[in-house]
Amino acid sequence: MTVKESTALTVQSDKLAPKAADRAALDFGQAWAYAPAPESPDHVRIAPRYELFIGGKWAPPQSGTYFDTISPSTEQKLSEVAEADERDVALAVESARHAYEKYWSKLRPIERGKYVYRIARVIQEKSRELAIVESMDGGKPIKESRDVDLPLAAAHFFYYAGWADKLAYAFPGRNPRPLGVAGQVIPWNFPLLMAAWKLAPALATGNTCVLKPAETTPLTALLLAKIIEECDLPPGVVNVVTGAGKTGAAVVAHPGVDKVAFTGSTDVGKRIQKALAGTNKKLTLELGGKAANIVFADAPLDQAVEGIIGGIFFNQGHVCCAGSRLLVEEGIFDVLMRKLRDRMQTLRVGDPLDKNTDVGAINSKMQLDKIRELVLAGEQEGATRFSTPCKLPDRGYWFAPTLFTGVSQSHRIAREEIFGPVLSVMTFRTPDEAIEKANNTMYGLSAGVWTDKGAKSFWVSQRLRAGVVWANTYNKFDPSSPFGGYKESGFGREGGRQGLLAYLEVD
Amino acid sequence: MLIGGQFVRSESGRYIQVADPMELGGTKENVPWGSRKDVRDAVVVARGAWEGWSGRTAYNRGQILYRLGEMLEARHGELTRSLERGGLDGSAAAAEVSATIDRCVSYAGWADKYQSLFASLNPVAGPHFNFTVPESMGVVGVVAPARPALLGLLGAVLPIITSGNTVVVLASEADPRTALVLGEALATSDLPAGVINVITGRASELLVHLAKHMDVSAIDLHAVEPSLVKKAEEAAILNVKRVRTRSLDDGAWFDADGASSPRWIERFVEMKSIWHPAGS
Repeated sequence: MTVKESTALTVQSDKLAPKAADRAALDFGQAWAYAPAPESPDHVRIAPRYELFIGGKWAPPQSGTYFDTISPSTEQKLSEVAEADERDVALAVESARHAYEKYWSKLRPIERGKYVYRIARVIQEKSRELAIVESMDGGKPIKESRDVDLPLAAAHFFYYAGWADKLAYAFPGRNPRPLGVAGQVIPWNFPLLMAAWKLAPALATGNTCVLKPAETTPLTALLLAKIIEECDLPPGVVNVVTGAGKTGAAVVAHPGVDKVAFTGSTDVGKRIQKALAGTNKKLTLELGGKAANIVFADAPLDQAVEGIIGGIFFNQGHVCCAGSRLLVEEGIFDVLMRKLRDRMQTLRVGDPLDKNTDVGAINSKMQLDKIRELVLAGEQEGATRFSTPCKLPDRGYWFAPTLFTGVSQSHRIAREEIFGPVLSVMTFRTPDEAIEKANNTMYGLSAGVWTDKGAKSFWVSQRLRAGVVWANTYNKFDPSSPFGGYKESGFGREGGRQGLLAYLEVD
Repeated sequence: MLIGGQFVRSESGRYIQVADPMELGGTKENVPWGSRKDVRDAVVVARGAWEGWSGRTAYNRGQILYRLGEMLEARHGELTRSLERGGLDGSAAAAEVSATIDRCVSYAGWADKYQSLFASLNPVAGPHFNFTVPESMGVVGVVAPARPALLGLLGAVLPIITSGNTVVVLASEADPRTALVLGEALATSDLPAGVINVITGRASELLVHLAKHMDVSAIDLHAVEPSLVKKAEEAAILNVKRVRTRSLDDGAWFDADGASSPRWIERFVEMKSIWHPAGS
């Protein structure tokens, strides 16, 4: 693969000489240049074209329109995918309704559970293939899709499968009942995992589903549909309609949908909330975030550095709960920045299929443009940029790991969700100031706190207005642990017993 | 009206005339007709009261709710008479006051118990200690049902404040005076000022302002007509408010078991999951 030098700045030249702490102390040169270790995609067969999965059959779209899905790391077309319009969505909803009434609601709960268990097992069996396709279609490093996305997706189905026959115990005396047809719209950052987060609880609780994957990453959801077909679920219990925003809007607006579940931006979430006003449809939203990651002076610094790096550079920062605002206690600012810059230099950016890669490709041209716009705004508003001087491939969409210091709370890079590998660093002097700054955002999805003092970590965790708090760790997920937001990060939980409520009516 | 522990008339100077069937010659009484500004004032004090109220121990919140029940008991006659003047017959009015006192006692008990039902220790597959706890949301805007005017108002508000939320409640339009009598009991109980703020007026005029307010975290609508629910739900998108609707009939409000279900508390809490590594 040919490479070119990153055009990113290393240290912004300033009128004042940069302090020692503004420079990375170590220069690794070529010391971290690993030999390529690519995962072979040879055995993976991606069809040249995918149809819609409706009523247990693969059907061409009514409009006859298809769109390309490309690999963001090579810009090459991987396949073309059907674009569903209102007519296709209507068919999918009808199929889901029919399946709900004819099969799924009549099934013994344990039998329903067995179907969901079977999906988990087949995902495990095909995990290598699914991981490779996930990395090809979405650009994320293979080590993440292999070690995070796939195991968690299978675990989610496995976890919720077991709830199918135990719902009465989850809500004692409250007669839990399924809602009917769930319309589910999912994002492009964890395509298969988000499909699992949506489908597993919905199916286990006895609902049927119409799933709309993101337009840049439809392939693993379609492979999952094939798995569901292979698992012999009754036709129409799961329907997959591919397309862009218009398709999603059609799913949300269809009067036959009883429940809408959406994961994506706060902007789109609000539009969905408005579209559903006055309809009596149930809604859960998992929206954006701008998480604070608070590091106190007494924190275990080397662990904190690993947590900060994973918090913002995991999945190229395409993570709604990314720790994108680093709040550092003033006294350790210099030493932490030095460690952070050194560690950032060891990150290997490049081919998502290379097993050594830490940071893969940006998911789409559109997302890359958005990241560039916000980074430019950061520079223009006066923050100081540091980007690692890594080599970036010629083709594809890439952005070097970046951090900003000298960020104030009013800067766009401190307020807006960048959804890229860009960290904004601010400082604080007292715990109260840290909490006030951390909570000074319209979002409330997640937060991190690093301190060696147990009492302080609980005290801070209680005061952070966020649905998930990671203390001395970051970006941990588990199907048994509820995930979801406060404030404008949305409502409803996914995961755990609490996650069942999104798909049940209770007394 | 009761705003921040103060008895205020509407800043607008407007009033609503309430008929009084028990008085000779059909005398009418004037109750304040709350305005958008009154709503905003109430939200400000409710927001200010939230940190203190949610920061109290659950035990203390329970004691205060129990004390509120005692204060209602002390005003049993006055509240009964107000409901009668609002159109109920004597025995129905007395029964409603008694049921409202029971509701206070019931939620006083919930204050330190619902957490054990909603929280969880999550068996995550890794070396982490992970648990989920319910927390209050902030300020909740409530539209109380027309009837029962007293039990409906407190029955709606109690599960919301039990978990530490504070409320701005638009009182029954059928009998707003009883809400103001209740306000006197609230103000003289140990409930901190601003935890329950009572506004009399027209929901059709005020609800949208409550639903738009950026310092209101959630809305609870009781027996509100569908077109107004839609307007409130549309206004709620500004800060992704949680909107709940509920239409109970009289029997359901008086059904002590159903109406004291922890489910009503669960509607206005946020779940927070906290992770910590476990290692040596």
